[in-house]
Amino acid sequence: MSFAEIQQKAGRSWDRFQSGETPRVLVGAATCGRAAGAMEVMRAFQQGCAADTTLTPIEIHEVGCLGMCYAEPLIEIRGPAGDRVLYESVTPAMVPDLIQIHLGQGRPVAEHALCRMLPQEHSDNGEHIPGFTDLPMIRHQLRIVVRNCGFIDPTDIDHYIARGGYSGIVRAMELGPEATIEEIKLSGLRGRGGAGFPTGLKWSFARKASGNPKYVICNADEGDPGAFMDRSVLESDPHAVLEGLLIAGYAIGANHGYVYCRAEYPLALERLRTGIAQMRANGLLGEDILGSGFGFDVTIKMGAGAFVCGEETSLMQSIEGRRGMPRPRPPFPAHAGLFGKPTNINNVETLAAVSAILEKSGAWYAGIGTEKSKGTKTFSLAGKITRTGLIEVPMGISLRTIIEDIGGGVLDGKGFKAVQTGGPSGGCVPAKHYDLPVDYEHLAQVGSIMGSGGMIVIDKESCMVDVAKYFLGFTENESCGKCVPCRMGTQHLLRLLTAIADGQADENDLETIRMIGDTMKKASLCGLGQTAPNPALTTLDAFMDEYLVHIRDHRCPAGVCKALISFAIDPKSCTGCMACAKVCPVEAITGSKKQPHVVDQQTCIRCGACRQACKFGAVLVE
Amino acid sequence: MATTQRTEIATIDMAEILKNHGHSRDNLIPLLQDIQEHLNYLSPEAISRVADHLGLSENDVYGVATFYAQFRFHPPGRHRIKVCQGTACHVRGGGMVLDAISRKIGIVPGETSPDGNFSLERVACFGSCALPPVVVVDDTVYGRMTARKTEKLIEDLE
Repeated sequence: MSFAEIQQKAGRSWDRFQSGETPRVLVGAATCGRAAGAMEVMRAFQQGCAADTTLTPIEIHEVGCLGMCYAEPLIEIRGPAGDRVLYESVTPAMVPDLIQIHLGQGRPVAEHALCRMLPQEHSDNGEHIPGFTDLPMIRHQLRIVVRNCGFIDPTDIDHYIARGGYSGIVRAMELGPEATIEEIKLSGLRGRGGAGFPTGLKWSFARKASGNPKYVICNADEGDPGAFMDRSVLESDPHAVLEGLLIAGYAIGANHGYVYCRAEYPLALERLRTGIAQMRANGLLGEDILGSGFGFDVTIKMGAGAFVCGEETSLMQSIEGRRGMPRPRPPFPAHAGLFGKPTNINNVETLAAVSAILEKSGAWYAGIGTEKSKGTKTFSLAGKITRTGLIEVPMGISLRTIIEDIGGGVLDGKGFKAVQTGGPSGGCVPAKHYDLPVDYEHLAQVGSIMGSGGMIVIDKESCMVDVAKYFLGFTENESCGKCVPCRMGTQHLLRLLTAIADGQADENDLETIRMIGDTMKKASLCGLGQTAPNPALTTLDAFMDEYLVHIRDHRCPAGVCKALISFAIDPKSCTGCMACAKVCPVEAITGSKKQPHVVDQQTCIRCGACRQACKFGAVLVE
Repeated sequence: MATTQRTEIATIDMAEILKNHGHSRDNLIPLLQDIQEHLNYLSPEAISRVADHLGLSENDVYGVATFYAQFRFHPPGRHRIKVCQGTACHVRGGGMVLDAISRKIGIVPGETSPDGNFSLERVACFGSCALPPVVVVDDTVYGRMTARKTEKLIEDLE
């Protein structure tokens, strides 16, 4: 079949999916949706629709993630009148109403509705439901990498093709490998895995390298705690990534690709397997792709749980069946990579952008973003933020816009303190930089990094010493142990931060932290060790006061560090509801009904369960 | 004798699994993953068979297997409880949830309860950071957990 015929077939399938002929239910069933109960809701729709004989047959589809994770489970319903409405926080109990009123009578249920999917469709019957693009979380976004996420069925290749998919590889084949690389150079795309190296340049190194065979690898080992962009894209639009890998292979002259994906992402792995089988069935993989003479195949390698395997030289060791330990560079992977052959590695998000760039043109992509940081970047918003989720915004947008306008501000109005960007390799950006434009250069200026794009919002109830200690605990655990600066450095930093959190440190320890941190930055073998001290160093710079209070006054101002706090109950605001006593795991809280309760300091383990359970703010931290 | 039975099952599966993988070294991790998928852990016998199949020393196979967090060398409990300790979960009380489960079933992360009912693991991040804290029980992901909700979940499992 020619590509034009494949496109026609896909177009028909997409038209059928989009047309209003059959009422339908779309279930946001990526991992976040599932964790919030999407599958129970889907079963309720299946049973409810089957039981209601008055309904015309209803189509029920799983789709990926729209990025509005805070409102999961998200269900889109197209009723018999053609209204497409997205419902938020749907529970099985709400399903009978949605079936009867929207699918049965064709009237949207305004009280559960989040938005209409198309702003112009159908007049409101008195009730107001905003349009999708009017939502504050969506309005500032520009969706390129996540262009299809939540809109298409990720298990149906026709949907991807009908929305422009695989025309990127077709265009690349028309241009030829050299001009394809030029197109990527023109776009200004920089690696979205974190370091931001120009993608076109990386490709040209691998193209020029001598050696046979050559390999391309998709790095889907998203180990950064707090980041889930890659998972979301793989689960919601696997073909965007696979097409990018195919283009990369064609451009550098590789006939074999690997996708190295974490075992912790079972759904992403399943979607990739399905995607690869569909590519093969459509002649987009194999010996002679679309009659071009170019042959390409893909193997999935499942990661086995090691953060350091996100580092390219470690990742290749892991594919080869060894301990995933980095090796010094040069030689760079472009010259001697996997099995000693020229290899090109790109991250999931980079490859998803590549397929869009080849489809639309490099000049188009270069028109977005800032002078040195082109295009868009996806971020996962998490932590103490009202609207958690996955977003994609043009480079150069301010932190304030991301957190206040898109994310809805700090959770429960508790005040913005800092945002941790770039995961364990990144740093904390304090409130004074709230108006910072977000791009590679500006984040570096304030001592942090873009990283893969995790953003953890920290409010005034979080302790910065605790945050630094948390990250060092992570990197100490994940250090592969090959080089001394990283192995010993992470251990010592963790020991010092723990001493501070326990109130057993002195001010000289702060100097020691800086000294060890600087040594690790200069002397570690790979990015893990070079960046591991960043959370400690950036919090020391921006939150010195907080460190000093821990050291001098043996106090944790945020009320987090267990060794320095105690809980007490304010008798004035305690109603004696007994909620705290019920949740206390060690029975440290006593008191009779409707009488103020008391915490026994000897028994209390400072777990904080009582504070979480109290609805009256009566549990005080001292 | 449950233990004997388990070994027998393992022997039957193993030949079948080994047949599906080639003899070059890059098959090592997929092979270990495949075995663990069927056997739930890597027994000393499994390690020895893998070493033979790939022409490596057992030492070498253990060296790789112990490097990665995914591999277990003891049978897990009937219910596997995994608690996410990612950044988002940490700032929203993931540590509290882990402590509560640990107290509830009386084991620390990495252990299996003496009755074989539960094993407890801490996981670096599941990537469900928008719904913290996250707990995964037998492959079902539970978001927005609290210590109390998790305790109830475990009571229901019992």
